[in-house]
Amino acid sequence: MNIKVLGTGCDRCKQLHSNTMTAVIEANIDADIEKVEDIAAIMRYGVMATPALVINEQVKLMGKVPSIAELKSLLLSVKH
Amino acid sequence: MLQQFADYIVYHLLGLAHGSHLGDALNFFIYDTIKIFLLLTSIIFIVAIIRSHFTPERTRRLLSHRAEYVGNGLAALLGIVTPFCSCSAVPLFIGFVESGVPLGVTFSFLIASPMVNEVALILLWGLFGWKIALLYIGTGVAVAIAAGIVIGRLKMERYVQDYVYSIKMGTGFDQTMNWHERVAYARGYTGGLLKKIWPYVVVGIAIGGFIHGYAPEGFLLEYAGPSNPIAVPVAVLVGVPLYSNAAGVIPIVHALMEKGMAMGTVLAFMMAVTALSLPEAIILKNVLKLRLLLTFFGIVAVAIVGVGYLFNALL
Repeated sequence: MNIKVLGTGCDRCKQLHSNTMTAVIEANIDADIEKVEDIAAIMRYGVMATPALVINEQVKLMGKVPSIAELKSLLLSVKH
Repeated sequence: MLQQFADYIVYHLLGLAHGSHLGDALNFFIYDTIKIFLLLTSIIFIVAIIRSHFTPERTRRLLSHRAEYVGNGLAALLGIVTPFCSCSAVPLFIGFVESGVPLGVTFSFLIASPMVNEVALILLWGLFGWKIALLYIGTGVAVAIAAGIVIGRLKMERYVQDYVYSIKMGTGFDQTMNWHERVAYARGYTGGLLKKIWPYVVVGIAIGGFIHGYAPEGFLLEYAGPSNPIAVPVAVLVGVPLYSNAAGVIPIVHALMEKGMAMGTVLAFMMAVTALSLPEAIILKNVLKLRLLLTFFGIVAVAIVGVGYLFNALL
């Protein structure tokens, strides 16, 4: 699974990144997590509120930081 | 009921005398702290539920290719309800410009969004009453519309950073939520916001309580009363570096008003705190050339000073 955390480096973006890492480990998912901080790259996903989460090139979340449990269920639903 | 509770603790349990400086200051602190936190928790939650219906994507579609006036008015109103944090100002600005939202309309949104925010409104309502809170909303929206129209008329499109126009934006993503998700979002939003602002609120109310109990009546009348014309611009200048502390500033201002600060000066000060922020300016520098950034700040500052003089003359 390919996961990208989009954000220009604000606190909430860092929070989403660390929550996602924890969720991936806890859910035991094989995934690459990438941070995207370049604004042009972020805009290509059509995202106007950061942070955003992209899984397998699809925007799944934007402008919010869900809990680790919510992220886990999101990751598992994409996996299946 | 809250007042009785505060009275009971201060004058009965602690045995402080009515009318003593410490007693009054402490009573004020306990009463205001409880009232404000009750209001903050319940209203931020309600606002978050409302906000879950207005995504930036939807706002952008509503504003795309809107004409002057109607567009500016709509943008200022949507600025109140669309969730926005200054950390998203850059993608939001680019998204608006890319989809054909006129520059002046975009600015009406960017001005109203931080200025008319729920935390400022709750504190104004709780401490100053609903009339002042409504007055703040009305003048805030008016400033956002007027400043946006002026910026639009100045035709400053070429002072947007050049790369903005070359960005290709992907198809927008609109997240729809069901009720269960809305409540979860609102709960998370309320908790996160309270966690961030509570120290400012407590410190602000404590300082306000101290001023309330110890400062002599009318000691500000000479400096910040309606007859001093310098007070409004000075208040605006002082407000600029206080960004993100609206939560702490409003209780202090409330106490200052009791001691003679004029209402127009109070409004101008609060608007400067919320609308003119240095960190936001630094973020917007990524998409605006210096000239447009300075024009934006200058016009908003002038409009806010105008509001201050107007209400000092009227009230």
